[in-house]
Amino acid sequence: MIVRIMGEGQVKLDDGHLTELNKLDDELLREVESGDEQGFRRTLGSLLEAVRRLGTPLPDDSLEPSQLILPSPDASLEEVRDMLSDDGLIPG
Amino acid sequence: MSGVMKRMGMIFRAKANKALDRAEDPRETLDYSYQKQLELLQKVRRGVADVATSRKRLELQLNQLQGQSSKLEDQGRKALALGREDLAREALSRRAALQQQVTDLETQHQTLQGEEEKLTLAAQRLQAKVDAFRTKKETIKATYTAAQAQTRIGEAFSGISEEMGDVGLAIQRAEDKTAQLQARAGAIDELLASGALDDSSGLAKDDIQAELDRLSGGTDVELELQRMKAELAGGSAQPQAIEGGAGQGQTQSQPQDTPRFDKQ
Repeated sequence: MIVRIMGEGQVKLDDGHLTELNKLDDELLREVESGDEQGFRRTLGSLLEAVRRLGTPLPDDSLEPSQLILPSPDASLEEVRDMLSDDGLIPG
Repeated sequence: MSGVMKRMGMIFRAKANKALDRAEDPRETLDYSYQKQLELLQKVRRGVADVATSRKRLELQLNQLQGQSSKLEDQGRKALALGREDLAREALSRRAALQQQVTDLETQHQTLQGEEEKLTLAAQRLQAKVDAFRTKKETIKATYTAAQAQTRIGEAFSGISEEMGDVGLAIQRAEDKTAQLQARAGAIDELLASGALDDSSGLAKDDIQAELDRLSGGTDVELELQRMKAELAGGSAQPQAIEGGAGQGQTQSQPQDTPRFDKQ
């Protein structure tokens, strides 16, 4: 499974790690929805760190579709919330 | 999975249909580039904000130094009034040192102000570029989507025409096959009739059997012919032949055509 960290690149992850990542991911979503800025920052950091640790980075010149996409490390809660809204930061 | 990762992925995928090939959809790449530009713009804006903060901090320091400088000037004046020139000198020399710092800070302040203006201008230009890119991106995406749709329509049409071609070809093949079968049937009839082809039904005879039959048939005809000739030659023919052995002595002394009974 290919995961993109926005602003960083793509990593290839073994599907077996998804359970571990899912917990953090669900927690992150709850924090985004509840507006818990501190929790969001901490969980995003942990999630990105786990993805980097468990995954293998893909070369920059590879063009693989990403199954999962993660916000950039410095993304704010508001930005992520905007991205997850219907229109998002990316129009169209 | 319904977390941030999945939802962001779904949003990106919803915006980037990967029907054409396995490579990342150019629209997704465009969106990603736009996202990166937004991030860059945000960084520039943060830079502007950082520079502005430093400028304000310098202004505060300048105010503080200028306050101290004024204070030292006052102190020098009071010291002179009290006849303490030495103290006044000390105050004025400290003030001179402060003035040097103020001058340095003012230079820094001017530099920062210049940086801030440049960055603000850069941010404005970048904002305009990002806006232009966004418009261009949307145009490209729309063109791409249209091209993709056009390709699909083309594929569908060519698919349909291929199918139609197949149907036409199938009919043609069927017609050809029928005609071929009819021709073959006709030819077989002719070949059977001419004897060039064996009749697998067994009704027809081969040439050897036909000759044997002809020969045996001919023999029968010859035998029959002889028998009929004998019959026509008179009823004696057969008795003579039958009684020939009994009258053998008489035939030696008398000619055969001499009547046995003379009525004279």
